[in-house]
Amino acid sequence: MESQHTLVLLVEDHPGVLNRVVSLMRRRSFNIDSITVGHSEQPNVSRMTIQLRGEAEDIEQAGKQLYKLLEVIKVIDLQPSEAMIRELVLVKVAAKGAIRAEVVQTASIYGARVLDATPNSVMIEMAGTEEEIESFLTMMRVYGIREMVRSGKVALPRTLSKKTDSQTRHMNPLAAD
Amino acid sequence: MVATDPTTQRTEANQHTQPEVLTGAQIVCRAIEAEGVSTVFGYPGGAVIPLYDAIPEANLHHVLTRFEQWSGMAAIGYARATGKVGCCIATSGPGATNLVTALADAMLDSVPIVAITGQVIEPLIGRDGFQEVDITGITLPVTKHNYIVHDVNEIASTIKEAFYLARSGRPGPVLVDIPKNIFQAKTEYIPAKLTPRKSYQPTTIPNMRQVRLAADAIAQAKRPLIMAGHGVILSNAEDEFTEFVEKTGIPTIFTLLGLGAMDELHPLAIGMMGMHGHRRANRALDECDLLINFGARFDDRATGKLSGFAPNAKVIHVDIDPAEIGKNVQTAVPVVGDVKEVLKLLTPEVQAGDHTSWRNWIEGQHNRVLRAALEDRPDWPEPYAIIKEIADVTNHDAIVTTDVGQHQMWAAQHLGVKHGKRWITSGGLGTMGFGLPSAIGAKMGRPDLEVWTIVGDGGFQMSGTELATSVQEGLDINIAIINNGYLGMVRQWQDLFHARNYSEVAISGPDFVKLAEAYGATGIRVTTDAEIRPAIEKARSIKGPVLIDFVVEPEANVYPMVAPGAANSQMIEGNGE
Ligand SMILES: Cc1ncc(C[n+]2csc(CCOP(=O)(O)OP(=O)(O)O)c2C)c(N)n1
Ligand SMILES: [Mg+2]
Repeated sequence: MESQHTLVLLVEDHPGVLNRVVSLMRRRSFNIDSITVGHSEQPNVSRMTIQLRGEAEDIEQAGKQLYKLLEVIKVIDLQPSEAMIRELVLVKVAAKGAIRAEVVQTASIYGARVLDATPNSVMIEMAGTEEEIESFLTMMRVYGIREMVRSGKVALPRTLSKKTDSQTRHMNPLAAD
Repeated sequence: MVATDPTTQRTEANQHTQPEVLTGAQIVCRAIEAEGVSTVFGYPGGAVIPLYDAIPEANLHHVLTRFEQWSGMAAIGYARATGKVGCCIATSGPGATNLVTALADAMLDSVPIVAITGQVIEPLIGRDGFQEVDITGITLPVTKHNYIVHDVNEIASTIKEAFYLARSGRPGPVLVDIPKNIFQAKTEYIPAKLTPRKSYQPTTIPNMRQVRLAADAIAQAKRPLIMAGHGVILSNAEDEFTEFVEKTGIPTIFTLLGLGAMDELHPLAIGMMGMHGHRRANRALDECDLLINFGARFDDRATGKLSGFAPNAKVIHVDIDPAEIGKNVQTAVPVVGDVKEVLKLLTPEVQAGDHTSWRNWIEGQHNRVLRAALEDRPDWPEPYAIIKEIADVTNHDAIVTTDVGQHQMWAAQHLGVKHGKRWITSGGLGTMGFGLPSAIGAKMGRPDLEVWTIVGDGGFQMSGTELATSVQEGLDINIAIINNGYLGMVRQWQDLFHARNYSEVAISGPDFVKLAEAYGATGIRVTTDAEIRPAIEKARSIKGPVLIDFVVEPEANVYPMVAPGAANSQMIEGNGE
């Protein structure tokens, strides 16, 4: 059965690593929904978060193939129940006159922040889970979204990585034995 | 080459003196020498002129091929014949792109080679200067890893790691791209040591629990079958493998690249599996209840339609690459590790089994040999007879490389390969033109062995220019052209699956005998059965490259054949016996 997975990768922070990861995913026909990359807690190590869809075997194969890249140190298949998976969205919403107060009010219900305002629009920042963001965006569409950007997901397991629950699979190639 | 190792002398000298200041180009040469490589294959050009400046003074024998792709294939031939890392050099731009096919060939067949390419000077990178291509970008999917070096101080360590990556774990091609100004920059040369990487730790020693599970499954099997892939040969495990087969008494089949994993003439060796495999081998696959795969990746040409592959068998898969396990075939017992290390642990765990009735059943599945000769020309030299004569005259001891096509399959079926590193063919990529350049590489690596290449008239016309290289190097290589006047394998598919629409497969060629002579080699033509053996014997007695033009029946097909997409059990057998 196809399902959504969140792979977290620790990779050496070299130029071209993102290219290698993306090129691999493309040529082996894995479906990436989003990919983010940034610094991790360790120097010279970046953390990538890849959202992809596929059958369990496809995801397993993706993990094993990723391990073959020299710069990939660790791949974890994060289970949603074991992790915080968040995204950031910036939206510019049409908001003139009386509507403006309503927009700001609605945003505050979602814990979103107004970043900027012009006579015709406000820019709002919202971070949350996919569901929270979708729900927030549904509301904002009522007023008219003029521009939007989503960051793609970032994720961390809830527990310290040493004590990770068995559900969060370290896709260690040795796990094949 | 002189036998003394120049690098050790230098290293000793270095311990007492200041490090020498060398150019990047000189460091490249030192770093290659330090890997125990004495032969490189290449072709010069603008971006690598500084490197070629350093080559004459280095302890490297450079072989100038006539096309960069064939430098790559020669490096592959060298690697496969010796078990060492092959090395090739090309200039930036077109030189580098000409290497791509060879890298892909090495990638698909897991061959350890290192390619050094020149790059335009750093200030010009990214500006589309003359002969700039993004070769690290281009070769990303066809290399195990690649590098671009931006600091002369990193050349030695990068080349060290490149060779290590090429040969360790699952072997493969590694490319090192070096901008011209880095070749020219100078620094103190300090021989590099390998710094281990957290992210690269191939599993060579298997998990003992998995080894025991494998042993249990073997003990319980009624009709076990072993399949041997290239991994056995890559891990230098031919002896351990033969011992395992003999101890268990289990019949053994081979993939195209696994031929030679043990002596094919051994009574337990059943033959090759797959699309043009021996009938017996494919029949055994159908009937076996346990399939033990050592170092093969279940390629589609070996398995046929997956749903019909070994339908009654539980599968044990031994592979150094965990990503191969479960990729194509469901595996009951995965064993991740180097074949040799696995066998060291597995062989003591298994018992001798009595598989007499199972073996008798397999023996009963006759291999059929197709008579290719036409009724009205009974004296045509039969392709398979040519192969058998070469094997017989050379006592199965020669290195044989092949090109790609019908002749390759005839060779695979009829040679009877005795040694792992003496059968060199392009399997995964199936690269036409592979035959002669890989023979050059093999001969450079193993000058002590007789070397033959069996090629088609089509493929030979792709790389026949390497006759010049063979003559220049004075190589004793015997070239057998199976000349059917067709791109025979394509014609066979058109014959069987496209209503004999022979579109663009009739191929003319030069007078090959005269061509050989024009290059300063020897040419012999064979047009009848009776001339086969004398020609082979004559070729062996002549110094330098010898080409035999075997003019064979144009429309002979290779049988058996499993149609593409069909199961291995559905062999087309031709009108044989
Ligand atoms: C570089 C390359 N181009 C095309 C092919 C497709 N191909 C496979 S076999 C073959 C025919 C080879 O003809 P020849 O060398 O005469 O060998 P024969 O099959 O006649 O023995 C062709 C064109 C290939 N394998 N490699
Ligand atoms: Mg031909």
